Amino acid sequence: MQMKANLKDVRVKRRGKTILGPITCDLDPAGITIVLGPNGAGKTTFLKVLHGVERLSGGDVSWNVSDEQARRAQAYVFQSPIMLRRTVRQNLAYPLQLIATPKPQIATRVASWAAKTGLTDALDVSAPRLSGGEKQKLALGRALIRDPKVVFLDEPCANLDGRSTREIEALLMKATADGTHIIMTTHNLGQAKRLADNVIFLLDGQIHDRGPAPAFFAKPRSPQAQAFLEGDIVE
Amino acid sequence: MTDIWAGLASAFWLVVSLDADLVDITLRSLQVSLTALLIASLIALPFGTWLAIRRFRFRRATIAALNALMGLPPVVVGLIVYLLLSRSGPFGVLGLLFTPTAMIIAQVIIITPLIASITHQAMRELWAEYHDLLISLNTSNWQRIRTLIFDGRRALLTASLAGFGRAIGEVGAIMIVGGNIDQATRVLTTAIALETGKGDFALALGLGFVLIALALLVNFAIHVLSRTEREGRW
Repeated sequence: MQMKANLKDVRVKRRGKTILGPITCDLDPAGITIVLGPNGAGKTTFLKVLHGVERLSGGDVSWNVSDEQARRAQAYVFQSPIMLRRTVRQNLAYPLQLIATPKPQIATRVASWAAKTGLTDALDVSAPRLSGGEKQKLALGRALIRDPKVVFLDEPCANLDGRSTREIEALLMKATADGTHIIMTTHNLGQAKRLADNVIFLLDGQIHDRGPAPAFFAKPRSPQAQAFLEGDIVE
Repeated sequence: MTDIWAGLASAFWLVVSLDADLVDITLRSLQVSLTALLIASLIALPFGTWLAIRRFRFRRATIAALNALMGLPPVVVGLIVYLLLSRSGPFGVLGLLFTPTAMIIAQVIIITPLIASITHQAMRELWAEYHDLLISLNTSNWQRIRTLIFDGRRALLTASLAGFGRAIGEVGAIMIVGGNIDQATRVLTTAIALETGKGDFALALGLGFVLIALALLVNFAIHVLSRTEREGRW
């Protein structure tokens, strides 16, 4: 079933400062949605709000399924990957163990995702010892292993070299082709242009512009988005 | 100096000849302290971990109280357990006073706060690291506690060993609630206190060296076990 989100007057305030909102919008994620914006625009907060792990100061986020189902059908990859202090195999198996998947099924899925992420040789390595790129691939594999409907990625390719970035992008394209919707933030305009089906442009905690990627990149509606795309510094 | 040499010699002979009383006392020491350790760990490890992951109203007060209880005087614990278990006390009908069970109860009370407090310290850091991921995966509290205990097991081993150290060397409480009865509740520490009182320093020292050796042996054994685990799993 298609997952849709509805945001009503969502606000996030911390220490008296508004980080996000008020945002009112319908979100109908399809393919890859890229969230663009300068630092401090509220991109990470926006993702966390959608995922339901950020405390709201006001407003309401609802998915078209129950909260429980929504959380089960979502996964989140953090900017700096969080590795459980276990082997790669146990890291991949962890999300499946939480929902009491039968053991043989876990084993096959782990093997298949290890192959997809190129970590088959590293299955018995302790995850915290992996390189940065491998950690990010493991985090992505661990997020995708439950076949989520929606995956949130916060700067998945920050601090990665070209090759790791390409491998991660390939995984993302594959996941999209398999019907997973991806909502990700990035600073890399090139990556945004390569991947985006839809774009949301955030500035000062507000959605300044949004739309299908080709239209957005060709002719952004707001002057700030125009400036951002041209590489000007937007504050 | 001569006393110490005599003590060493006496310890040597006690061990070499596998003195029946010594074996009996040593096994009882181990039985009481290891049982207390097991029960205390079953309470303190999940509780300390739970304290690290839950935010509730009196959390800070609870942690402060726990840290204060680490310094609980064993003699006072012994006295209170004595009063509770004595014939006129609320649990007098159970007839537990002057049995190894009473000694175990006292030791559990003494070492649980210590283990829980060290557990809490160690788990707080691990939780800070895992927090976002475990929240995102929508884990239940129990799943979080299990994950943290499993991944932090080495730190928890240290916590348990600290508890064991305190239990095996403890004399004040078990003397009061156990009564130091020969063949029934006499353990290494109470036997040492008795022999010292009688003026038999050589025997007291001998028992003391056995006690130290025992503590070292248990710690060493557990460390060897955990190291093989590290090579296997990490």
